[in-house]
Amino acid sequence: MDVMPKWADVVLVPVVSLLLAMVISALVILGIGEDPWAALKLMVQGSFGSTYGWGYTLFYATNFIFTGLAFAVASHASMFNIGAEGQATLGGLGVALVCLALPWPHWALALPAAMVGGALFGAAWAFLPAWLAAKRGSHIVITTIMFNFIGAAVLNYMLVNVMRPAGSMDPASAKFPDGTNLPSLHDILAVVGIPFSKSAPANLAFIIALIACVVVWLLIWRTRFGFELRAYGKSESAAVYAGISPTKIIVVAMLISGGLAGMMAVNNVMGEAERLVLNSVEGAGFIGIAVALMGRNHPLGILLAAILFGFLYQGGAELALWMSIPRELIVVIQGLVILFTGALDNMVRMPIEKIFLAIRRSKQAAGE
Amino acid sequence: MKDLADTSGQPPGAAPNAPPAIELRGISKAFGPVQANKDISLSVAKGAIHGIIGENGAGKSTLMSILYGFYKADRGEILINGQVTQIPDSQAAIAAGIGMVFQHFKLVENFTVLENVVLGAEEGALLRTTMSNARKHLTEIAEEYEMNVDPDAVIEEIGVGQQQRVEILKSLYRNAEILILDEPTGVLTPAEADHLFRILRGLRDEGKTIILITHKLREIMDVTDTVSVMRRGEMTATVKTAETSPEELAELMVGRKVLLRVNKRPAQPGPTVLKVENLRVVDEDKVERLKGVSLEVRAGEILGIAGVAGNGQSELLNVLGGITRATGSVQINGQEIDLTGKHSDGRSRRKRGISHVPEDRQRAGLIMDFAAWENMVFGYQWDPALNTGWLMDNAGIKAETEGKMERFDVRPPNPQLAAKSFSGGNQQKIVLAREIERNPDLLLVGQPTRGVDIGAIEFIHQQIIDLRDAGKAILLVSVELDEIMGLSDRIAVMFDGQIMGERLPDETNEGELGLLMAGVTSGEGAR
Amino acid sequence: MDFSTLIQVLDSTLRLATPLLLACLAGLFSERSGIFDIGLEAKMLISAFFSAAVAYTSGSVWLGLLAGVAASMVFAFIHGLASITFRGNQLISGVALNFLASGMTVLIAQSWFQQGGRTPSLIGGARFEGVELPFAIGPSDAAAAGRPLNEMLSEAGPLQLFYSELISGHSILVYIALAAVPATWWILFRTRFGLRLRAVGENPAAVDTAGISVVGLRYAAIGIVGILCGLAGAYLATGLQAGFVKDMTAGRGYIALAALIFAKWRPWHALGACLLFGLLQALALRTDVVETLFPFKMPVQLLDSLPYILTVVILAGFVGKAIPPRAGGQPYVKER
Repeated sequence: MDVMPKWADVVLVPVVSLLLAMVISALVILGIGEDPWAALKLMVQGSFGSTYGWGYTLFYATNFIFTGLAFAVASHASMFNIGAEGQATLGGLGVALVCLALPWPHWALALPAAMVGGALFGAAWAFLPAWLAAKRGSHIVITTIMFNFIGAAVLNYMLVNVMRPAGSMDPASAKFPDGTNLPSLHDILAVVGIPFSKSAPANLAFIIALIACVVVWLLIWRTRFGFELRAYGKSESAAVYAGISPTKIIVVAMLISGGLAGMMAVNNVMGEAERLVLNSVEGAGFIGIAVALMGRNHPLGILLAAILFGFLYQGGAELALWMSIPRELIVVIQGLVILFTGALDNMVRMPIEKIFLAIRRSKQAAGE
Repeated sequence: MKDLADTSGQPPGAAPNAPPAIELRGISKAFGPVQANKDISLSVAKGAIHGIIGENGAGKSTLMSILYGFYKADRGEILINGQVTQIPDSQAAIAAGIGMVFQHFKLVENFTVLENVVLGAEEGALLRTTMSNARKHLTEIAEEYEMNVDPDAVIEEIGVGQQQRVEILKSLYRNAEILILDEPTGVLTPAEADHLFRILRGLRDEGKTIILITHKLREIMDVTDTVSVMRRGEMTATVKTAETSPEELAELMVGRKVLLRVNKRPAQPGPTVLKVENLRVVDEDKVERLKGVSLEVRAGEILGIAGVAGNGQSELLNVLGGITRATGSVQINGQEIDLTGKHSDGRSRRKRGISHVPEDRQRAGLIMDFAAWENMVFGYQWDPALNTGWLMDNAGIKAETEGKMERFDVRPPNPQLAAKSFSGGNQQKIVLAREIERNPDLLLVGQPTRGVDIGAIEFIHQQIIDLRDAGKAILLVSVELDEIMGLSDRIAVMFDGQIMGERLPDETNEGELGLLMAGVTSGEGAR
Repeated sequence: MDFSTLIQVLDSTLRLATPLLLACLAGLFSERSGIFDIGLEAKMLISAFFSAAVAYTSGSVWLGLLAGVAASMVFAFIHGLASITFRGNQLISGVALNFLASGMTVLIAQSWFQQGGRTPSLIGGARFEGVELPFAIGPSDAAAAGRPLNEMLSEAGPLQLFYSELISGHSILVYIALAAVPATWWILFRTRFGLRLRAVGENPAAVDTAGISVVGLRYAAIGIVGILCGLAGAYLATGLQAGFVKDMTAGRGYIALAALIFAKWRPWHALGACLLFGLLQALALRTDVVETLFPFKMPVQLLDSLPYILTVVILAGFVGKAIPPRAGGQPYVKER
């Protein structure tokens, strides 16, 4: 028998966890001698106070939607893919290679090709850990972490030794041709007459991320493959009984996961930087973990959590700019959110369950 | 509580006028909204073997776990030898002289016998002296009670019977005066069970008090002095074993009259549906689990496989159900099926008309977190009839699930409820509904009534017989001899990966089957 | 490659293996008790920062060490709370703590020292100096003779060089790490605590029904983890290097876990595995040596990635199948 109504499980528990994380973050800010209330006001002002702020918030959120979905898809197959960072890094390489390969005449042609390039490279980077997990029982957490480090080295090598334009000292690729530049949210909203900041980096990739949410939802909850994937994630022995191949589920789930992480590069590499630079992912791969945990591995939850983290990211940048609080505050908050919504879930859940049980008992007592 | 007999009469091993070894007064325990024990009182005389019988979920194990300090009672008190005793944890129970042998042994598999016995009862911080003293002491106890085990044998390398002895020795090593055994015979052959009962009688004669928890009426009648019956968390009766009958106990357990026999007409066997020849399975550790099994099942008959758990029955079901790879030959309706290649998985089997009710519904048959409607198509999700194009036809599946739940009397009939929210019997009905309603040519069914309440057992047996009467072939695996004897049209006995022999239920008895289950073929002497 | 270069490489192998070894033994205690800990990284990092910060402020490396161990213990305790008391997901807890440590250290470093998330360089008593063993040629001999140490060492015979460079002259923590290997073996296989610890990682129910507290044992293991990771972190910041820099653990916590798997959860094998990883890291620092070893030009990125690549190869099980403690990663819930 379920002790709690569903809404409490899906909404109340994460919100209380989030509040706890926020309270501790505030204490941290106090601890380093700053005013948390002023910091919060600055963050809200900086990320939601203008269309410029919104533009950044949504830009970051787009990254996190992709990495959050990536983590969630693997998670439903009970694979702990902590390698979205490396997969997104390689995705950037894929996108850059596509964008630089041809003198693209128009973004509408370049975009699908870049998406495929990013997804393929991201998926390829997830393939080996997946295959080793399926066939050799290798611990996916540690292999994907190793692949993050190796991925960073690969990117470093490619930028320094291969893709760097002759004469440039900067470890970065050449600028992409103009035909690959995606319309910004300013351009898109202008069509329907909504004014939006011209200099904010949010772009068409945000719309693609929204579509990805819908596609992932359909995949997980409406298709046969999603059914098999969730079944495997809940019980491997039952999946084998049902004739579902664990190898197939692990590998395909990880390929989809890596592909989603790789597609993030359409936003940050193609949509914003318009060239490939070192460390372009900036930890978004890891934030995906927090986003997915927060969003209970559901695309709608992930969308909301991604916007929340977009706000934290943009707000954190404002803090670094205007107050002497380093951007690493975001990493702290991210850690706290993962800790409370993921690892200490029972700490929040058990008291709430007790309250509901007490309410039910008193109702029963009253009814008798 | 209904007292059918005066239980203060002295059992064989008792001292005169001694206080009872154990007395429970008004014990209650709730798990969340579930009331597992309701105001239970019980008194067990010193030097008695006392049985506690009841259906699954009647609260027997919870009660004993409270006595062993595993759970804390919400209300009530425990008296040991007339003294009120607090038992907040297992440490306190051990100190009070209570030992417990759990249904699932609590042994460290890669430790030796000696290490397991010593664990938690070490003499000091260093192991050296502890180990040499313990070795001596253990040998003495083992000799005294005739329970020979090699102290240096590693647990995972010895048989379950031996492992059980280690559990008993563990308690005796801790000077237990009261020994609780929870369903101790589930993994034993009839001969091993008899040996166990001899040991228990020996312990009783030494003055130890023994509580035997079981759902098997026969064991209660065989070995106990007094017996208590539990139903739905309550103690419904305590009687002297000599003054009761299995029928009376069954009625007390269930709360109504029960049929202990299955009603069925003689089989009308048709053509051969399943033909297995020389089936061999070698597991990951290179151990041969099936050593050349051959058998046949015809349409309209039930072939029952008897045997002690772990003698290859599970592997046989798993090979036929597409879970385990094997060599040899298997034919369905005269056509060879793939045993090693691409088409050796469960899905291919289902497409060939084989349905499979697995032995362990919680680990294999169901996804416990999935809703009933999802479980109702689990394993058949690829079926085009359940899909519309790319997507699954969830609405259609839910509608069909409602019908199946009604036909199989699944309660509550709510397709949205997760499998884990149903009772054991209703979970099993969901699996049966799914597999039987596919109208298979061959139904594989393992332990159909394990952990199922008596009411549901009758229903499940009837469904299996109805399927047989509809002309389907059924391969039944069960460790419950009664079930095998009651349902099967032919009985094959497995031991050590081989079929020891086939018998007709009318022409055999439990004694003969028991010998076959222990690997003794006629001609050799008993034991 | 001449003998003295070899000694130099082996010398830095030993230094680089030390934090790995301490973390690896920490992981050994944790996993033997049934708790996965991918947060070794976090505990090393937080200890590295606090040991450097306190050593700098107080001028005493010993106070720094104490602070580092204490900080590491706090993080270990949080992991225990999440994975033992609240029966949460141990992987998620480890990941969370890694982020927390990574962010907190920079945040506090910036707040205290305003040097871009690092501590000021440690000098004198704020660092662990090398211990000069008897008869070894060390800085004090050089000072007494009034000659440069390098010159004196280059004149020494091979045995003296081996002794003075490789065996002598390390920080006390290096010797502690080496001593921790037999100590771990002894605790695990010769004491009551070790027997119970091994049992709880294999079958906590057996321990529980034997009347021993599963929770207590696991917290004890967590405490040992805190101490060992604390030592590892302190060595990083006050022995191997002179101060804390952002994310200075650089994945050592994960490599230690790989070494643990490679060692199949056995103390002596852990020493071997950590020395191997230490050697790879030492070689990555000596590109000149590597060039003499390989006929082709080795990209520096490949060299840097070698420990990570080797980890993957080890995890792939191509060097023998590893069977972890059976109850690993599972929170203990009493069965009904």
